[in-house]
Amino acid sequence: MNDDHGRYQPLSYFQLMEVSLRELLVEKGILTEEQVHATVQDMRSRGAERGAAVVARAWVDPGFKARLLADGTKACQELGLDVPALRLIAVENTPAIHNMIVCTLCSCYPRMLLGLPPEWYKSRPYRSRAVREPRAVLAEFGLALPDHVQVRVHDSTADMRYVVLPMRPAGTEGWSEERLAGIVTRDCMIGVAVPRAAGAAPRP
Amino acid sequence: MNETVQPSFKPGDRVIVRKAWPLGHIRTPHYIRGQVGSIERLCGSFPMPEELAQQRSGLPAQPLYRVRFLQRDVWPDYRGGADDALEVEIFQHWLDPA
Repeated sequence: MNDDHGRYQPLSYFQLMEVSLRELLVEKGILTEEQVHATVQDMRSRGAERGAAVVARAWVDPGFKARLLADGTKACQELGLDVPALRLIAVENTPAIHNMIVCTLCSCYPRMLLGLPPEWYKSRPYRSRAVREPRAVLAEFGLALPDHVQVRVHDSTADMRYVVLPMRPAGTEGWSEERLAGIVTRDCMIGVAVPRAAGAAPRP
Repeated sequence: MNETVQPSFKPGDRVIVRKAWPLGHIRTPHYIRGQVGSIERLCGSFPMPEELAQQRSGLPAQPLYRVRFLQRDVWPDYRGGADDALEVEIFQHWLDPA
């Protein structure tokens, strides 16, 4: 395998394990290379648009929002989004509470809604600092929260997955669900950013 | 046969996380062991991860809670609002009444 500079790099322990396991599964006829490739492509191509659609629906439909907060998994099924095996908990930002998500043990992440996690989400600094000094971390993301806003950090340690339901920003009255979804970024749903109406180019 | 342990805590109950350091696949973060918090909600019951990692069934399933801790309790030098909180999923076998 070559790195960016064209030098030969030996496989790491885990890369070697992945190759061995994959080749064994293919050799024994349990999976085909095509299936593996298609699954990897599917995972890589998935972005945060599913999550954004869920948030936008919650913003325009109070009934859906209530169901989402009560049972995230079930509410997603209404939108045709299957959240297999794991249970989804949506946590709501309010003027008094700001939520933020981390997995200190590894990199648990609501992949079915947000795609693959960004590198920083899996990094040691984020994982250790998000629970220790969340306000400093948020400030580095450009989000300075006043002291009267309670910061609530959710450590995703076991079988639940979390998604932040951000507040709908002022200035988005009358927007279509699709346009609303356009301002809901991945970072908003991890809780390290908030959606902003300004900066979103108005669509004709 | 009952495959699920009955939940022994309800929302609002004060609990302390066991201060234990067994080897194996533990989903209770180190930083929260020995800390006191309150039950936020019962998430359901799930096979024990320590057992699953050993390729055993993990049954009977253990109740899993979200436990809320105050940041200033967890980190004495915490800088931020007095109400800032941390919520962690913890299995019942890691909790005792506080």
